[in-house]
Amino acid sequence: MHLGDMNSSAPTALVAEQFDDIEQQHDAAKLGMWIFLATEVMFFGGLFLAYTIYRFIYGEAFQLASRHTAVMLGGANTAILLFSSTLMALAVRAAELGKRRPLLWLLLATAFLGVIFLGVKGFEYHKDFVDHLVPGVNFQWHEANPRGAEMFFWIYFAMTGLHAIHVTVGVVVMLTLALLAWRGRFAGGNYMPVEIAGLYWHFVDIVWIFLFPLLYLAGHRG
Amino acid sequence: MKTQSTHSPGLYWTICLALMLLLALTWGLGYVDMGSFNLIAALAIGLAKALLVVLFFMHIKGSNRLLHLAAVAGLLWLFFLLALSFSDYASRGWIPLHTR
Repeated sequence: MHLGDMNSSAPTALVAEQFDDIEQQHDAAKLGMWIFLATEVMFFGGLFLAYTIYRFIYGEAFQLASRHTAVMLGGANTAILLFSSTLMALAVRAAELGKRRPLLWLLLATAFLGVIFLGVKGFEYHKDFVDHLVPGVNFQWHEANPRGAEMFFWIYFAMTGLHAIHVTVGVVVMLTLALLAWRGRFAGGNYMPVEIAGLYWHFVDIVWIFLFPLLYLAGHRG
Repeated sequence: MKTQSTHSPGLYWTICLALMLLLALTWGLGYVDMGSFNLIAALAIGLAKALLVVLFFMHIKGSNRLLHLAAVAGLLWLFFLLALSFSDYASRGWIPLHTR
């Protein structure tokens, strides 16, 4: 998680020897995470690029296909992730202030909301499968421009799938941090693992903030 | 002791409320036909939400310049990716190719 504290059995060595003080160590941890997030922006960026170009080519088909996504479930999932990000921000605060029990519960609640998100997403995938909307498996389209609609659903599954993998990783990270918090690992000012896990969780939230309107509301539903 | 870098719970809940209102707005606008403005509005609201998350939840507001640089670097390279790819797609066919 964090290179500076491999030796967790020695709480006296809070500041690793390569750093001048705790502030510099914290800045290094955060900088490392932000650089990783920049690579994640590029990772998802490729898919956003594909989406944009194919929407440019198959504009009408994308708007039609978008109406076949479950907007109620997608919208509810957006609210769940926004709420989980708020709890995560509060968890980082609890960690910084050394409040062990609130930290533990906030991490568990964040992980729980992540699991709910994945459950809703899984239910949606099941619905898509039943509706014959899965390209390469059972895709059937009875409206205009089936090629464009199929391309929309390829991109829909690629983007939401990659995002769901990120949420899964996030849930595992939150549960691991909750275990460490329970053991009192973040007592004494070493809260950086919680801070940088929070950065990751918020990033995954931001990706969904853009996925929701682009995939679920590509065409108006009025 | 060093200065605290996280914000008050009140601020976090205010941001949460703002995010939920913006979600309601983007969701509601999804049912209104505004032509191509639908996409522009959706992206503008998305950017506003992302900005709130980055500034307050991710503590970019109040953090040092190096982190600002790292955060902007990702966006700058995303801009390069999009701009160069779009210029390619937009300019295809401008130069006639002599094919047999």
